[in-house]
Amino acid sequence: MKNIDAKTHVSGTSVYLDDIPLIQGTLYGAALGSPVAHGVLHQLQLEEALREPDVIRIFTAADIPGDNQIGGIIKDEPLLASDHVHFCGMPIAFVVARTREAARAAVKKIKADITPLPVITDPREAQAQNQLIMPPRTFSQGDTEQAWRECAHVFAGAVDINGQEHLYIETQGAYVVPQENNSLRVYSSTQGPTAVQRTVSTTLGQPMHRIEVVVTRLGGGFGGKEDQANTWAALCALAAWHLGKPVKYALHRMEDMAMTGKRHPYMADYKIGLDSSLNIIAYEVTFFQNAGAAADLSPGVLSRTLFHCTNSYYIPNVHATAWSCRTHLPPNTAFRGFGGPQGMFVIEAAIAHAARVLQIDAAVIQQKNLIKTGDEFPYGQIAQSEAGACWQKAATLYDATGWKQAVDAFNATHRLQKKGLAFMPVCFGISFTNTMMNHARSLVHVYTDGSVCISTGAVEMGQGVNTKILQVAAQIFSIRADRVKLNPTNTINIANTSPSAASATADLNGKATLMACNAILERLKEVAATALDTKADAVTIVNEQVLVNREPTGWDWQQLVSAAFTKRVSLSEHAHYATPEIHFDTVKEKGHPFAYHVYGTAILEVTVDCLRGIYKMDAVKVVHDFGSSMNPDIDRGQIEGGIVQGIGWMTMEEVIFDKEGRLRSNALSTYKVPDIYAVPEEIVIDALRSTADNLAIFRSKAVGEPPLMYGIGAWFALRNAILQFNPEADIPFITPMTPEKVLMALYSNKEKGIIQQHEATTSHLGIDQ
Amino acid sequence: MLRFILNNEDIGTTLSPGMPLLDFIRYHQHLTGTKAGCNEGDCGACTILIGDLHNGELRYRSFTSCLTPLGNARGKHIVTIEGVSMPSLNPIQQALIDNSATQCGFCTPGFVMSLAGFCLSRQVPKRRRAIAAIDGNICRCTGYKSIEKTASIIANFVKQRNETDPVTFAVEQQILPSWFSGIEERLKKLTLSLNGEPAAAGTPIVGGGTDLYVQKPEDIREQSLRFFFDDPSLKGISRQGNKCIFGASSTATDLLESAVMQEYFPQLENYIKLVSSTPIRNMATIAGNFINASPIGDLTIFFLALDTTLEFNTGRILPLRQLYKGYKQLNKTEEEYVCRCWFELPDKDTLFHFEKVSKRTHLDIASVNTAICIRMQDGYISKARISAGGLNPVPGLLTDTAAFLEGQIPDDALVQQACAIAQKEISPISDARGTADYKRLLLEQLIKAHFITLFPSLPIQV
Repeated sequence: MKNIDAKTHVSGTSVYLDDIPLIQGTLYGAALGSPVAHGVLHQLQLEEALREPDVIRIFTAADIPGDNQIGGIIKDEPLLASDHVHFCGMPIAFVVARTREAARAAVKKIKADITPLPVITDPREAQAQNQLIMPPRTFSQGDTEQAWRECAHVFAGAVDINGQEHLYIETQGAYVVPQENNSLRVYSSTQGPTAVQRTVSTTLGQPMHRIEVVVTRLGGGFGGKEDQANTWAALCALAAWHLGKPVKYALHRMEDMAMTGKRHPYMADYKIGLDSSLNIIAYEVTFFQNAGAAADLSPGVLSRTLFHCTNSYYIPNVHATAWSCRTHLPPNTAFRGFGGPQGMFVIEAAIAHAARVLQIDAAVIQQKNLIKTGDEFPYGQIAQSEAGACWQKAATLYDATGWKQAVDAFNATHRLQKKGLAFMPVCFGISFTNTMMNHARSLVHVYTDGSVCISTGAVEMGQGVNTKILQVAAQIFSIRADRVKLNPTNTINIANTSPSAASATADLNGKATLMACNAILERLKEVAATALDTKADAVTIVNEQVLVNREPTGWDWQQLVSAAFTKRVSLSEHAHYATPEIHFDTVKEKGHPFAYHVYGTAILEVTVDCLRGIYKMDAVKVVHDFGSSMNPDIDRGQIEGGIVQGIGWMTMEEVIFDKEGRLRSNALSTYKVPDIYAVPEEIVIDALRSTADNLAIFRSKAVGEPPLMYGIGAWFALRNAILQFNPEADIPFITPMTPEKVLMALYSNKEKGIIQQHEATTSHLGIDQ
Repeated sequence: MLRFILNNEDIGTTLSPGMPLLDFIRYHQHLTGTKAGCNEGDCGACTILIGDLHNGELRYRSFTSCLTPLGNARGKHIVTIEGVSMPSLNPIQQALIDNSATQCGFCTPGFVMSLAGFCLSRQVPKRRRAIAAIDGNICRCTGYKSIEKTASIIANFVKQRNETDPVTFAVEQQILPSWFSGIEERLKKLTLSLNGEPAAAGTPIVGGGTDLYVQKPEDIREQSLRFFFDDPSLKGISRQGNKCIFGASSTATDLLESAVMQEYFPQLENYIKLVSSTPIRNMATIAGNFINASPIGDLTIFFLALDTTLEFNTGRILPLRQLYKGYKQLNKTEEEYVCRCWFELPDKDTLFHFEKVSKRTHLDIASVNTAICIRMQDGYISKARISAGGLNPVPGLLTDTAAFLEGQIPDDALVQQACAIAQKEISPISDARGTADYKRLLLEQLIKAHFITLFPSLPIQV
């Protein structure tokens, strides 16, 4: 089944935030972001800005009637700066005017009197100065101290992973319309309607029931709108509350890029130990997460880094510590993978390091150490593993041996072009790592004409969750898909939701929908049983026909619904689902946090132009653990999109801050995401159809985040290609692998004669030197 | 009164002609299918088609409406997603759905419009051209593979067209609504009735808007402007004797489609593919690239190596290499503007090559770009010009390097020494396009790439 929004998408009639027809009198907002990354804010000079034509009012922290606080996990972030600024782009004031242009023009006329303070952009520096978001966390298993003595080979090194801009094509925004009795309707481009509701409620000092949040769909989210849509909604709400007028703010791309957080950059130190048979027996890792200026979702991201620090491998002795470091960058936030990819990159780097020194193929170590069913993850959960099955199937299906021979033959015959191959296994845990968030509700109405509408807390952002929920209802009722409609997500219909995140949205909301539909179905069967003089368990509905003992009765769906209504039987149900079995003890750092894991293996091939340092992705071939896909079209799209986004993160997407904490890659002209020419020439996806039972909806495993991490293999494939050209190449574990990094590595430690040895001048953030 | 056709509606507006067309479409006409994504022509979510009469023939090209001044709509047919949508889906829309090529949907109308532009192009339909048509559209969800499949299907579909007029074919095949058949006549009538408002001398000039609307959109939206994009006296690319003469408002696409350029530069398509994207190439003028004075302008570097000459409205003649006095400082008065340009076409002994490397190979600003033009005589280099961008405050020629090459027989040692000399002619800075060290190394590599390409049998050490 195709995405149910596809028709409106292709005809341009899908409604996004900036497309909502405006109410007469709507005003426009624009935020002033701090021009400096750290400083004391003395005062704001607003007079000149207020004299601009069409400017209505400028709001500052003093205008906030409730708490000037938007921190979700930790209360450490003001909505508007009052005495200090902590990052470039931190909102200081909010201008409201009659036109968009007037609001933006007035922003430029505000003068902020700020005394600069020292700026930290490096997480190691922040950690050294004890600038921490929270105390460090450590996951451990076995005894690494003991294990080092048993190792035949020990390698240690450092890793520097850059962030990633979400670059949802629809920028952030909100539109707030005052309602009667001090209520507000908030249209928001958010993955977390409840988070928006709570933030508006807190900042206005009003009860949550006065704040209605409506989300029809997002033009992309990828985690960037999980927590960071709150600010714009709260600013518009603040103005609407004071002025009694509708207020809208859809961010300009450059405002969005400068003011919002990104995927967390990480630095890390690793130490890996192998025995003489290449079993990894010990692994120590210390992560320095660059959280930015406030906690935002960093504590959650940090935990997922730890959960995924051994990727698909079983390592008996692990000691992993993670520091969440406070710097003066915009607060970094959720991004597809949520810390997991960074954890995985480090273990893959450690393995690649070992393989290079041992002069073997990294794949040998990778394959040998894949986690098996019954092995324990460092956090205590026992693996139900498909890692080996995925790897085996990929190696066989894609003829890994023949493939490698072809690559070797190519490299032997080409002087200026070299190919590289890499395997990338992935193991990703499904569930919010914060156990309390794993619940959802669904409200299902069957109308008397037999049509059905469904409200859930799921937010549609292209991932196809609404299509899957529709499929659940159509399948349970056994009715035509066009009888079912999904409603915009609305906090009035569904309360206290978790954000659409963690790949778990279809599972949670789908299961709640399944429960609601089943409850209605049971009542309908009772009605049929009474009318047809049989027992309810003899009644089934198949293709809209009511059957008794599998024989047609002449009744159809519509007739059954009518009969139930006549009998005053409820045709509505509000169901609640909470993921069973999961638990986690954050003191012991042990438990069973994930409903299940998704596994997969990708093999990637790249070709490097060793003259110019540019490269192309030849192929990504994947065996992915779908469970039993309920919508292969949507799932394939998620995998392809995830792979390309992951490759972008690893190759061309370079977030550049300067030492003053100013974003230099602040527009699409300076921040490059993959275009149609940049994607792999070939993406092949094969399903591992695992038969083991799992907690996924219809056993169709979550597919949102895991494929992104196949893209990590692109970095290692490029590394392998560079080594084919220059076996002595110095290739530090720094991401992304831009053409610059490739060229510098190709010619590192090489007699160049003409120009001097180049120093590595690009740091973890790609800071300008 | 600014008059044009928007989809099937006749428009007459007195709104500021400096307003971006996107704002007019979305916020004044409330046609919200055209999306605002980046406001700098880099994402393609706002792609529209503009049809105009070209030598009496209706021609459609894709534009990013965020960078197009409303004034450039004068007398034209503006087509948005609403203008190609009918009660039933057109083949482009159907193919996108069939291939699951839409996820969040925000970029989708832009893709539909770019593919509609491909369907209306008079070029021979080929898969690579269908892909090129969408090379200015960014999708963050799908990973493009499903969109590639869609483009292939559309390319195959359009192949049935044969000699049929593209608009006629598109209407017959229900790619476009039937009213498109009447547009050519309506445009002819509209053109006759247009009374262009003479712009006062001294008011700023807008060409395609691709740089101006990135640099200072707020400043120019209410300003009085002179619109030169469609001035027929500034158009045209032709050969006169051994010279190629082109009007200042010729676009990169005009260059790509020019018969004379294709004849003398067999690799032209490969070079131009490295320059921006289809919609931007449809909008960006060649002289605009010169006057913008970016140290890294691709077409500037291309034409510097060809020793192009400029002619201003005042009649003054100036070699392009003398245009730049310093960073963004031009050897020209306020009132002067480029009217036409010419260069000597390469003869059989002249070799030309263009190289560009950027973070993303396509639709990106170069880290370093360079072009070379050398004349060979009896195995010797008799004349050489090498231009390079991204390495100095202005785009320019590496004159010492070129002088060194002249009178020499190309070999590895010569190239290595030329690279060393080139290092002394540049002063790159570190920025978002790369560190200074990288740019130095990259220039060397690209000089080597020039020689490896032009003299494939030379054993050049890299």
